[in-house]
Amino acid sequence: MTGATSALNGNISGEWYLALAAVLFAIGAFGLLIRRNVLVMFMCVELMLNAANLTFVTFANMLHDIGGQVLVFFVLVVAAAEVVVGLGIVVAIFRRRANATADDFHLMKG
Amino acid sequence: MAVVMHGVLLAATAATAATGHASLVDWGTFVVAAAIVLSGAIGVVVARNPVHSALMLVMTLFGIAVLFVLQRDDFLAAVQVIVYAGAIVVLFLFVIMFLGVDREENIAAEPLRGQRPLAVALVALGVTGLLLLGEVSKWTIGALSVAGSTDSSTSNVAQLGTSVYTTYLFPFEVTSALLVIAVVGAVALARRPPAVVTAPDLDLDDGLVDESAPATDDAHQEVTP
Repeated sequence: MTGATSALNGNISGEWYLALAAVLFAIGAFGLLIRRNVLVMFMCVELMLNAANLTFVTFANMLHDIGGQVLVFFVLVVAAAEVVVGLGIVVAIFRRRANATADDFHLMKG
Repeated sequence: MAVVMHGVLLAATAATAATGHASLVDWGTFVVAAAIVLSGAIGVVVARNPVHSALMLVMTLFGIAVLFVLQRDDFLAAVQVIVYAGAIVVLFLFVIMFLGVDREENIAAEPLRGQRPLAVALVALGVTGLLLLGEVSKWTIGALSVAGSTDSSTSNVAQLGTSVYTTYLFPFEVTSALLVIAVVGAVALARRPPAVVTAPDLDLDDGLVDESAPATDDAHQEVTP
């Protein structure tokens, strides 16, 4: 991997972080696609959000720009709100039917 | 695993010799943190028990925090540990225990035919495209320090605070609105529907079926006005 700026990047060039974030995102996306348990699917979404956070911080260091770190701040807030509402929906669905797999969530089907 | 680590360390040493300014300590920290992050992520996906998934998620989050520290981003590393590992994962665990779904899931069963090969192909295609794109072009293009510079003369917290309260003030305010909306939504979702007045001869001890029928009626009544 060649290229770009890496002066302030903790002495390791940023491409390594970006590749790691890409792999982490891929694992999260894969888990989201194959798992049936809604809670584990939520955790896979968290993995993907963390990969995005790592990318933001790496770009903030590569471009010497604080904006990337501020964006991670906002991603954290959105992730917290998402988890609260998502788990609320899961609990509300569980009250009606005692099952955890995404296959059973066809309540909205006509 | 040990062979891979050794190979990566050798590559790291070679890279150090080539560029001259990446110390072995940095590379060692990066490699260990990356191994923690990846093994935790794989653990989240393959663990049968949701509780194990949540604990593996904690491991991944700590690894990410170490990578933040390695990039001199101290504040976000602390926030990562406090908010993610401290609050979000605890929320996950609380819901898992509350619902009593900490039983194991049969991973081998594949409800949708061809779903897993398709998922593997899709994800492999995506990540290969991403890495190829980074390889054949530049990872970063654009102007440096548009929204404020990350110089090492002032502390990371001071820089972040200044930026949040000046440049990003409006998004910060919108964030508060988002949090309020999320809290109200969670309360609305968690609220039990008011008790339905039923005829005295109706048998209420039937379990799920009898509970769900009046509840849906009640939902309809709530929507209509």
